[in-house]
Amino acid sequence: MTRVIQPALLFAALVLGLLAPGWLELFTIYEFTAYLIMAVLALSLAFVWGKGGIMCLGQAAFFGLGAYAWAVGAINFGPGLAALAISVAVPAAFAAVLGYFMFYGRINDIYIGVITLAVTLILFNLINSTSGPQYRIGSALLGGFNGMTGIPTLAWPNGMPLDPAEIFRLTVIVIVASIVAITLYLKTTPGKTAIAVRENEVRAELLGYNVAQSKLITFTLGGALAGLGGCLFANWGAFVSPTIFSLVQSAQIIIWVIVGGRGTLIGPILGCIALQWATTKLGTQQVVQVNLVLGLVLAFFVLVVPQGIVPMVTGLLRRNSRTGPKAEAEQNA
Amino acid sequence: MDFASVLVIEILGSIAILVLISIGLAVVFGMMKVINMAHGEFLMLGGYVAIYGTNHAGLNFWVSALILAPLVVGLVGLALEWLVIRHLYGRMIDTMLATWGISLALIGGMTMLVGNTTTGIPTPLPSVSIGDYSVSGYVIFLIVLALAVFAGLFCLFKLTTFGLQARATTQNADMVAALGGKPRRIYALTFGLGAALAGLGGAALAPLTGVIPTIGASYIAKAFITVISGGAAVIAGNLSASVLFGSVGQIFTYVYTPVIGEVALLVTAIVLIRILPQGITGRFFKRSI
Amino acid sequence: MTMNRRQALGAFGAATALSLVSSRAFAQEGPITVSALYDQSGGLESYGQPIVDALRFAVDEQNAKGGLLGREVKLNVYDPQSNMQLYAQFARQAALSDKPAVVFAGITSASREVVRPIMRQFNTLYFYANQYEGGVCDRNMFATGVTPGQTVEKLVDYSVRNNGGKVYIVAADYNYGQIIADWVKKYTADHGGEVLGVEFFPMDVTDFKTSISKIQAAKPDYVWSALVGGAHISFYRQWKAAGMLGKIPMSSTTFAGGNEHVILTPEESDGIMVCQNYLQELENPLNKQFVADFHAKFGADYPYITELGMGAYQGFRLWAAGVEKAGTIERQPVIEALETGISIDAPSGRVTIDPKTHHTTMDVHIARVENGGLIPVETFEQQPPADTALVCDLIANPDDNQQYVIDF
Repeated sequence: MTRVIQPALLFAALVLGLLAPGWLELFTIYEFTAYLIMAVLALSLAFVWGKGGIMCLGQAAFFGLGAYAWAVGAINFGPGLAALAISVAVPAAFAAVLGYFMFYGRINDIYIGVITLAVTLILFNLINSTSGPQYRIGSALLGGFNGMTGIPTLAWPNGMPLDPAEIFRLTVIVIVASIVAITLYLKTTPGKTAIAVRENEVRAELLGYNVAQSKLITFTLGGALAGLGGCLFANWGAFVSPTIFSLVQSAQIIIWVIVGGRGTLIGPILGCIALQWATTKLGTQQVVQVNLVLGLVLAFFVLVVPQGIVPMVTGLLRRNSRTGPKAEAEQNA
Repeated sequence: MDFASVLVIEILGSIAILVLISIGLAVVFGMMKVINMAHGEFLMLGGYVAIYGTNHAGLNFWVSALILAPLVVGLVGLALEWLVIRHLYGRMIDTMLATWGISLALIGGMTMLVGNTTTGIPTPLPSVSIGDYSVSGYVIFLIVLALAVFAGLFCLFKLTTFGLQARATTQNADMVAALGGKPRRIYALTFGLGAALAGLGGAALAPLTGVIPTIGASYIAKAFITVISGGAAVIAGNLSASVLFGSVGQIFTYVYTPVIGEVALLVTAIVLIRILPQGITGRFFKRSI
Repeated sequence: MTMNRRQALGAFGAATALSLVSSRAFAQEGPITVSALYDQSGGLESYGQPIVDALRFAVDEQNAKGGLLGREVKLNVYDPQSNMQLYAQFARQAALSDKPAVVFAGITSASREVVRPIMRQFNTLYFYANQYEGGVCDRNMFATGVTPGQTVEKLVDYSVRNNGGKVYIVAADYNYGQIIADWVKKYTADHGGEVLGVEFFPMDVTDFKTSISKIQAAKPDYVWSALVGGAHISFYRQWKAAGMLGKIPMSSTTFAGGNEHVILTPEESDGIMVCQNYLQELENPLNKQFVADFHAKFGADYPYITELGMGAYQGFRLWAAGVEKAGTIERQPVIEALETGISIDAPSGRVTIDPKTHHTTMDVHIARVENGGLIPVETFEQQPPADTALVCDLIANPDDNQQYVIDF
């Protein structure tokens, strides 16, 4: 059953996502594009943490690097495929270097969390202090605290930039394609190894698998996906600033994943969209502070629903929670 | 020569500040293996207690900073331990995430209460002249305070029954329980002690930096790095890591800029963790507290 | 309880009648929307709150006069929380869903550069009402605050005359601070002085003790501060704590913009020299009336009407004058009306739009911080935006759209 239903729902979501911009107002398209771009980021952590078992508290670092790399690439080489490749390659390379350092150094879970967080803060500090005219890459000024504004939008080969509806559709395609790619990848040997390492690192190692290498691959792929999200983000806002590396940003990603459900791919995406929608609504009223709500939500989920909503619901619907998300997929529009 | 002594005082000042922002976290991490992400907000609360105690309740600054702030924040710590932390012992990652939730909630709650504005109080001590130069007398006070905190903790752990039980619980909680001790109570008190120390640190720094609900974020990375690089031994680890990072940060700040100073500090820490994954006291001074 | 159709209609009619009574001064056309994006939290709130208050005051004043073109003016205020991402989001939201006649937005130059392209993209008139580093040349934007050519030059000149030529600059690390530092260097060189050192601090830095020692070692004649925001207030506290206040004089065009002189005690701030377009203490009848009215609305204990607040108030008055002259709120006619060189008599003196640069000609005052107030020392009347005028001519090049920076 699931084998048919899941791809069908995914396909339905894709079609719905591609058609939606035709019915929506321009501002609503903008708003939802932002949610979906963040969902790409949530998906990347769902992969790294939920599937690979690596608790990365600094996923925002790769997202931010992707956005900055797009900006620098697009200003220097034009907003085409070259810039797109750069915006994925830079965060992936950064993740590979950082991952090599951590996994081959056999640093354990908690320290990985702290190191990734510290690295994000270092990036924040570094980028924040590049406001002088001497900090430029090619013809792109890094802008420091101001960030970079007026970033060119991705263009078709004929030079026409994508309009907001097309960016929305592109984001939908990226999400659906990533889900499919991750699902297929997890069926291959390296994918299965990653799951094995998550389940029991020592056993996987004793059985002869290269744990460090497996983790490194997972971490790098996750970094690349987060970077792609960052690239979309820079395209959406035509602007990027150091706050992209902030502590609150990093915390939010973790909260999306925890609330949605750590072990699933759909859960974090839904968690991300729902929570962003909620925080935006909360942000427009002045009574209750967004951080207060987010914090309580996080503490509550860790204490009471540590597995997250989607696994809880599917677990209730079917005794066997391993068959994956079913009921929620149709909401993924 | 005068300038050299000014520099030395500043390096010592930076070390003292690192000690004050991280010692509470070190106690909680070293004794309980709990990573408390809300530590920065405990510092922030301490700062607010000191400022509101002085400006609104009309108390003497020293009373509100050195007595009231640790007391109030210590109680907050005990309450949170009872509400959240004790349900998560042994689940390190979950504790970390739950305390991160508490941290965000405290930031949001304080923002609702006092607004997202920087408040401050004038530095309560005059400046001290060294030749042609003058330095803030308050920095010298911070150095003395850091030393006093170390001395106090040393006595607490070495000379009291609580200290003995706490150290024993760290090594083997089941054995303590079997011998009639109460590890749960020890943990609760230790967490309260850590929170109180954070309150003290936050209060002591308030005149220097002012307080805003989000100020915890600017301390938290440094505090973590110091504690984790220090390793398991609370006092020796914290002291050695603080000395290392305080000097590195301050020297780079002096030669370049505050930003480079901060980055140098964080990079040193990452390299250190790579070389000594168990922290400084995982390799050296193993038998100290 | 049920309500039949007639009752319902009656209730509806009564409600309509009530609303007609309350808004009978205004024509049927519906209100004119003015959107405002100013930080009311997150670090820059000490700048943003006075601005929002001043804008509310200006809108209420306009409505009390019968509105604009007979229509009520409605102010939509957003709080981007000192976060550039929220600026991008709210600027779009304002432009697309409020469909405002004009947008007042941005405190830091960072936020202006986020908002400005968005307003241009959606053809929405944009007013930037703060003092800033100058040089923005964009026909869709009007800058009603002072620029370095108006204030920095005067204050450097004053400081060199009174203290000596050797200066040490501390500045916020973003484009405003960087460019102001360049202007101070330029004017110092023009006056035969010497810059001993320049230090930039990110907006969240609170620890300044090393820099204070470095300044002591450099022994300058005076210190120039272009520090910005809540965190940087620590600098003044630590400056006093190190015993430097009064030992080395300090000049600043940013001090007091965020009510620093009210937040700090007199012992921490007395004697600092500032240069601004507006001071609450100005002794002219218009200003006395303004301050009295303002205090009547917000209470006599209102901390201080800042220059930035006045900038927004004057900006609104200029825009309203442009709308009245154009007879419409359409963007293009209003821009053309403003480009006729409209001027108003404001509490700070006469304020005139300079058609070529879309900046303003106005009075500036050097003042000394004393006991939580700003005591005027020297006045320079009707200063043109000379710096921007060197590079920007929107009459000759209406399509120009960039920020010029000085170059040595």
